Amino acid sequence: MALVTLKPYKEPELYLECNNISPDAFAGKTAAEISELEVREGKTRVRLGDYFEVSGKPGDTAEQTEIHIAGDCSRIKYLGTKMTAGSIKVDGNADMYVGGWMKGGKIHVTGNVHSFCGIAMEGGEITVDGNAENYVGSAYRGDWRGMRGGTIRIRGNAGNDIGTFMLGGTIIIEKNAFIHVSTHAEGGCVVIKGDVEGRVGGQMVKGDIYVLGKIQYMLPGFKKIATVEKEIDGVSARFNHYIGDLGERHPRSKGKEIYANLFVMAS
Amino acid sequence: MPKWITQVGCPYCGSSCDDLEVLVSDDGKKVLETRNACVIGNEIFHHASNPNRPTRPRMRQEDGTVKEITYDEAIDYTAKALLKAKKPLIYGFGSTNCEGMSAVGRVAEKAGAVLDNCASICHGPSFLAIFDNGYPSCTLGEVKNRADVVLFWGCNPMHAHPRHTSRYSIFPRGFFTTKGNMQRTIICVDPRETDTAKLADIHLMIDQGHDYELFDAFRTVLRGHDIPDVVAGIKKEQILEAAGKMKNGRFVMIFYGMGCCHTDGRNHNVDIAISTTRDLNSHTKASIMAMRGHYNIAGPGQVWSWQFGFPYCVDLSRGTHAHMNPGETSSIDLAMRDEVDCFVNVGTDAGAHFPIEAVRHLKKHPFITVDPNICMASEISDLHIPVRIVGVEEPGVVYRMDNVPIQFKKVVDGPDGVLSDEELFDRVYERMCELTETEPIWILNRGHAHGSSTAEQ
Ligand code: SF4
Repeated sequence: MALVTLKPYKEPELYLECNNISPDAFAGKTAAEISELEVREGKTRVRLGDYFEVSGKPGDTAEQTEIHIAGDCSRIKYLGTKMTAGSIKVDGNADMYVGGWMKGGKIHVTGNVHSFCGIAMEGGEITVDGNAENYVGSAYRGDWRGMRGGTIRIRGNAGNDIGTFMLGGTIIIEKNAFIHVSTHAEGGCVVIKGDVEGRVGGQMVKGDIYVLGKIQYMLPGFKKIATVEKEIDGVSARFNHYIGDLGERHPRSKGKEIYANLFVMAS
Repeated sequence: MPKWITQVGCPYCGSSCDDLEVLVSDDGKKVLETRNACVIGNEIFHHASNPNRPTRPRMRQEDGTVKEITYDEAIDYTAKALLKAKKPLIYGFGSTNCEGMSAVGRVAEKAGAVLDNCASICHGPSFLAIFDNGYPSCTLGEVKNRADVVLFWGCNPMHAHPRHTSRYSIFPRGFFTTKGNMQRTIICVDPRETDTAKLADIHLMIDQGHDYELFDAFRTVLRGHDIPDVVAGIKKEQILEAAGKMKNGRFVMIFYGMGCCHTDGRNHNVDIAISTTRDLNSHTKASIMAMRGHYNIAGPGQVWSWQFGFPYCVDLSRGTHAHMNPGETSSIDLAMRDEVDCFVNVGTDAGAHFPIEAVRHLKKHPFITVDPNICMASEISDLHIPVRIVGVEEPGVVYRMDNVPIQFKKVVDGPDGVLSDEELFDRVYERMCELTETEPIWILNRGHAHGSSTAEQ
């Protein structure tokens, strides 16, 4: 892997929209060419080099390119959106849309991320050591085809709307989540290792949810059918198995309705 | 002789009543009396004659006082502020006509601004739900003529839309509802015993913030499954009773307000309300409608969807295409995150409605208010530009809460020299074109741009 290092040296007045910070955009360019890439601050067009010191050299392809952002990106949007391969590591926080519409490769943020992390993701891996705000792995507004593949791991807490309209892939929240997990989902797997306030699996058609902590308000559309032994993300335990959302439409297979599964750790 | 003008529209609440009668003085300058309007509607017509109303733009001076300036100066200031800002925010439009909204759309495009309306802090979540799940809605006329089960969810029309219940939803006799309120079953879902709840046959006193669970319970029982004994503070028997009434109604109408779309979960509360409406349609006919607050707050959604493809939170800063994602491009988020550097408040009062922290952030940059009256926003603005009052001094198209367009009239002349929103923003647009030495394409194509009777001016 060939390494490119970006060192932020100036804080933007508003926010920078950096759709261009991705292995795909950097591959095959020189450091000077990367500095010239256009990013936006509101309606003004600026150069990446106006805000970051660029060093190193990327590989010829995205796959061979590793990006290290040595500093905080709290005011940088769209890091790694649509990337297909390679990797990005951020030392610090990042703003909205980290790994949005991502198809492959790896992103690691050591701080917190804002909303829309991994929105409409198709593949690859996102790891956030801190917390995430809302809409982790959710669909874009109005799109009924949400996250399709890949893995998002948030080591801290997350807000609301985790995996809305999810079709595939895995989201793991290692601490607590607020409300709306897998709303409208038709596939995929969400694991919440802490507690959730409520609305887990509302309007959910298919897919799996694991909650290792407590759900404060259970939806009336979920019905307990069994207690089972399960192993999920390195934890083996007994889970209460619920099916739902009984209020929502469900596909039929071999004469039987297929429901979404909710596993809540038995106390 | 004073003259009665009939079929006048009321520029106040989302019911947009169009049956008012207004008595106007001989000289056509003063409203003497109104008929048919409710108290708040009546008030707006008399407001116009308030002698303390500002009639010239007022600019804040270094020492904090304000000084009257000319419209030309105000237009120049606004044009320059919008051009200089990296990301201006133009917000409001609770109370203006579609012609004004369209003119602002042209300015916003030129300024690379974010264009947002009061839905952002009001029925915005409804838009998000509609994007996700569709909108099986109807007109208020259909409600009047057909609905025999009417649900009010988190709304209180007896206070917020005073004539809604008498014109459309509870009392009127319609084609299939010849017995009026005798024939209608009213269900109210509200944590408080509001005056609307007092009128209801069934009042479900829901635990505040648990709307989603209650909708889920309705959907679950409608599909024939069992539910827990108590959901959202409501007993199972009551839920079954209400669900039974809806299932057996001939036409179920769900009206919902802020109590539904602004408790936790917001858009998903509306989202599941829409799903419930769809479910009910496998048993009977059902429809749903947002109780929009202002007489033309449905207008910007219509106008900007036509101009830019999105109803609100339209970020035009990229210059190539519009981008919309509430949470990012919504006014409060932009303000709280310090993401805008110029604010224009049009026909609303952001000073009163925004969180104080948001206003503090906005106040770091040029802050302009365009509104006929003095309001909290006008008083903290760097510049306040008064305009004519739509529906009183200025005619125009408005969209009622059911998205039906209505041509509103003017009943009196505005104060001498005061511009309309449309005139003002067209002049701001022209000034911006002059300053950037570009062709004012939208003015040259004005007939195409709005096609109203003012096209030849
Ligand atoms: S109900 Fe609303 S629109 Fe009708 S008169 Fe009253 S304020 Fe005006």
